[in-house]
Amino acid sequence: MSEIITFYDLQRKNLRKTIFLIIFFLVIAGVIGFLVDSYFLGFPQKSSFPFATFIALLISGTQSLVSYFNGDKIVLFSVGARPANPEIFEEKQLINIVEEMKIASGLPMPKVYIIETDVPNAFATGRDPEHSSVAVTRGLMKILNREELQGVIGHEMAHIRNRDILTMTVAATLLGIIVLLSDLALRGLWWGGGRRRRDRGKGSGNAIVLILLLVLAILAPIIARLIFLAISRSREYLADASSAELTRNPVALAKALEKLALNQKGKPIGNKAVSHMCVVSPLRSSLMEKENFWANLWSTHPPIQKRIFYLKRMAHAA
Amino acid sequence: MVALWIILGIILLLIIFAIGIYNSLVREKMQVKNAWSQIDVQIKRRHDLIPNLVNAVKGYMKYEKETLTQVIEARAKAVSARDKGDLKEIGKAEGELSGILGRLFALFERYPDLKANQNVMALQEELTNTENKISFARQFYNDMTMKYNTSIQVFPKNIIAGMFGFRPFDFFEVEKPEEREVPEVDLNV
Repeated sequence: MSEIITFYDLQRKNLRKTIFLIIFFLVIAGVIGFLVDSYFLGFPQKSSFPFATFIALLISGTQSLVSYFNGDKIVLFSVGARPANPEIFEEKQLINIVEEMKIASGLPMPKVYIIETDVPNAFATGRDPEHSSVAVTRGLMKILNREELQGVIGHEMAHIRNRDILTMTVAATLLGIIVLLSDLALRGLWWGGGRRRRDRGKGSGNAIVLILLLVLAILAPIIARLIFLAISRSREYLADASSAELTRNPVALAKALEKLALNQKGKPIGNKAVSHMCVVSPLRSSLMEKENFWANLWSTHPPIQKRIFYLKRMAHAA
Repeated sequence: MVALWIILGIILLLIIFAIGIYNSLVREKMQVKNAWSQIDVQIKRRHDLIPNLVNAVKGYMKYEKETLTQVIEARAKAVSARDKGDLKEIGKAEGELSGILGRLFALFERYPDLKANQNVMALQEELTNTENKISFARQFYNDMTMKYNTSIQVFPKNIIAGMFGFRPFDFFEVEKPEEREVPEVDLNV
């Protein structure tokens, strides 16, 4: 009984986080837009309508909706995933394993995707269990045996059950946009700002706004990254534990993580915005054995050695 | 007169209450049956796959006649257990079948030609898959059975259950000759 309540709580928590992310995203977009308005378009003295703010909010609002409803497709497309083909032995085996974990977890069957890359990794995406997908790289299927692969799929099914996938997918798509927007703002500042100075000289008020805009354009992606790193840590331990609960075989997942750590080489699949979704973070910091404040602050995943340690302790306790 | 109405009211309430209990018992019973049908589908599939596997490998495994005969016998036993529908017997027969299949798969290692045969590999994968599905679906079936069996024994549901002949279901345990080995633990992490 207590378990059901826990999962329910987790799901609510993830929904809250997602709403928070979207609001945060809208605010950042709005502030950037407003600064563009007041610096480039002379709002409110010269023009009576804050066009840039309006457009920024319109775009970011649309983007939020798109990331909620179609984030999974964007993410899958961005890493070049294709549906698994049951005619091919390895892919049929993968589909079978997902079916097994589907039965164990009592969730609907997720769609199964393959990513043709040697980097071994996997992730789950979608907005809820009814619209979920699991993607696995060719490299992962190559280095893991059946039991280990089952452990990794169990980990992804746990993310689906806890609705981590919603938060992760929305974060991945919105993060991409924030980086893009602030890039555009910086570029606009560079070109537009230069022209302006030549034309009419500069006021001190404008200079302050210029500095603000510059600072914001640099900070926005960093802040955004920090935020979603902070909201996504303990859930990896939880997904590991849930995987062990589903497969009843914590050692297989521990072995899989060991193999993954050895074969990562810091290469992400697709772009960096997807890395936080993967079973093992491709970024160096989470592969390190040490856990210090900075490594913690920047990594989406706990150190892999620590995860392996907990899994083995679980096996020992059982 | 008032007393009569009150009594009638109470009886009506009791009937509504009883209908509610009856419906909830029927629902729980259906859940158990659904859970069982999930297992049964996989057991059936497994029985269908085994003759194909034996046919596919017997050309390679000339010196393993004995093991192959054991597989066929274990399957025959499992098929008749399924026909009879006694869960204890099914569990025992399926457990034996798993054990002998495990031994057969271990023997594959001695025949490199077999490991190169696509058809055999696919059959082995399908059999592993059905066995895993049976074991994961078993958990769900036993949970549902536990819930239903408890329901028909607690008061006041047991009265309705007794009146309409709701009977408890058996749990499903697969008795494997050799249980999954105890996982090794490395304490020097």
